Amino acid sequence: MFKILKYSFFDLIRSRWTYIYCGFYMLFTFSLLWLSSDLSKVVISLMNVVLLLCPLIATMFGVMYYYNSREFTELLLAQPVKRTSIFLGQYLGVAASLSASWAIGVGLPFIIYGVFGSAQAGNFLMLLLIGVVLSFVFSAIAFFIALKNENRIKGFGLAILAWLFFAVIYDGILLLSLSIFSEYPLEKFSLIASVLNPIDLSRILILLKLDISALMGFTGAVFRKFLGTGLGMAVSMIVLAMWVVLPILSIRMVAIRKDF
Amino acid sequence: MISIQQLHKSFGANKVLRGIDLKFDRPGITAVLGPNGSGKTTIIKSILGMVLPDSGTISVQGENVAGKWRYRNQIAYLPQIARFPENLTVAELIRMVKDLNSSTANDEALISLFELRPFLDKRLGNLSGGTRQKVNLVLTFMYDCPIIILDEPTAGLDPISMVRLKELIHQQRMKGKTILITTHVMSLVEELAEEVVFLLEGQIHFRGSLKELKEKSEEPNVERAIAKLLEKQMAEMPA
Repeated sequence: MFKILKYSFFDLIRSRWTYIYCGFYMLFTFSLLWLSSDLSKVVISLMNVVLLLCPLIATMFGVMYYYNSREFTELLLAQPVKRTSIFLGQYLGVAASLSASWAIGVGLPFIIYGVFGSAQAGNFLMLLLIGVVLSFVFSAIAFFIALKNENRIKGFGLAILAWLFFAVIYDGILLLSLSIFSEYPLEKFSLIASVLNPIDLSRILILLKLDISALMGFTGAVFRKFLGTGLGMAVSMIVLAMWVVLPILSIRMVAIRKDF
Repeated sequence: MISIQQLHKSFGANKVLRGIDLKFDRPGITAVLGPNGSGKTTIIKSILGMVLPDSGTISVQGENVAGKWRYRNQIAYLPQIARFPENLTVAELIRMVKDLNSSTANDEALISLFELRPFLDKRLGNLSGGTRQKVNLVLTFMYDCPIIILDEPTAGLDPISMVRLKELIHQQRMKGKTILITTHVMSLVEELAEEVVFLLEGQIHFRGSLKELKEKSEEPNVERAIAKLLEKQMAEMPA
C-alpha cells in the first residue's frame, strides 16, 4: 500500500494544480497577515475559507484523480498487489498531497510571521489540523462516490452535490427546522445534527478552541453548554476521526466487490 | 495451469459469460477469438481477478483464485488499452512496476528490442499510441511468468515492432509457457496459434487446433473459416 501511496503522491505533487492550490493559500494567507496584525482574526478569516474550500477542492481532486487514473488502476490490478491496498494507497496519496498543499500554503506564511512565538500557536495548529482532516474526509467521500459511479459526469455531479449538501444545504435545513420547531427543546437535536456534518463539526471545533462565543452560533453554544470546552473538543475530535474512518471503510467495501 | 469451470458473469441485464468451461493444462499458444462483445476480455479479466464472476470457479496453478492476489505474479498480462499516469516518465513507470514485483526483471533487453531508449525520460502523456503499446509490452514481458495473457497485443504497432513481437511470443512459447492471445488480426492467429477457442455470446462455440477449424469449415484460411462459423451461427439463429 505504501508503494502505491508513494507513487500517487509523487504523481500529484508534480501536477500543476497542486501548485496552484498551494500558491493560492500562500497568497491568501500572506495578504491576510499583511492586512491585519491580529493573528486570531487571521485565523478566523482562514477558518471561513478552509471550511468551504478544503472540502470543495478535496472533493474535486478526489473524483478527478480517481477517474483519471482508471487505466492505471487496471494496470495495478493485474499486478500481484492486493486490491484494497491499491485503492487505499491512491486515496491516501490524494489526501496526503492535498494536506501537504494546504499545510505548506498556510503554514509557511504563519511561520515566517512568527506564529510560534505568539499566543496563537495553538489556534494556528488547530486550523492546520482541521484543514488536513477535512481534506481527508472529503477526498474519501469523493473516492467513494467515484468508485460507485462508472459514469464520470454523474460521479462529478454527485460529488459536487455531496459537497454542496454538507457545506450549504445542510445548514439551511438545520436552520429552517430550528426556526420551525423553536417552541420545542432542540438542544439534543441540534447537537446530533451538527455531529452528522463534518463541516459543522470542524467549525465548532475551531470556535471552541478560539473560545469566541459570539461566533459560535446555536450548535456551538449548545456544545459548550452541554459538554464544556474540554469534553466538547474531545467529543468533536473523536467524531471527526469517525468521519475519516467511515468513508475509508466504505471505499474498502466497494473496492472489494467491484468489476474492472 | 488454468482451469475455468462453469463461469457465469453478467453486467446488469447483459449476460456476458454463460457457463464457460476451459482448461489450459499444456504449454502452447491459444488464440481466443470471437466478435466484439463475445466475452473474450471478460474471461481474461476474470482469470486475473479484475472481474469477479457471478458463479463458477477459476484456478491458476491448482489454486482457486477467488479473493487471492499473490497468484498474479505467475501471470504476465497485457491489457487492451495502454493508458498510464500522464505525469510519470517511461523509466519511472517501469521502475514502479518493478518495485511492485519481487521477481527479477529483464526490462533492459526489451527496451532495446522495441527501441524505447530515447523515450525513457519522456512523460507517458506525450507518447504516441504505438509507443505506449511498446511500453505496455515491455511491462508485460519483463517477468519470466509461466502464463502469458495478451489482449490485442498488436494494437497500434508498426510492422517492425509487429515482427519483433511475434518473435518474442515465439521465444516464450519455446520456453514452454502457456500463452493466451485475443486478437482480431487473423494473420497473427495463423502464424502463431496452435489452438483456437471461438467464443460467441458468452459460450464456447468451437475449440480445437487450427487444422480442425479449417477442416470443419472447409475453408483454407482462418479468416474465412471464422467468418463461415459466424455466418452459420447467424443462419441457425431464429429470426
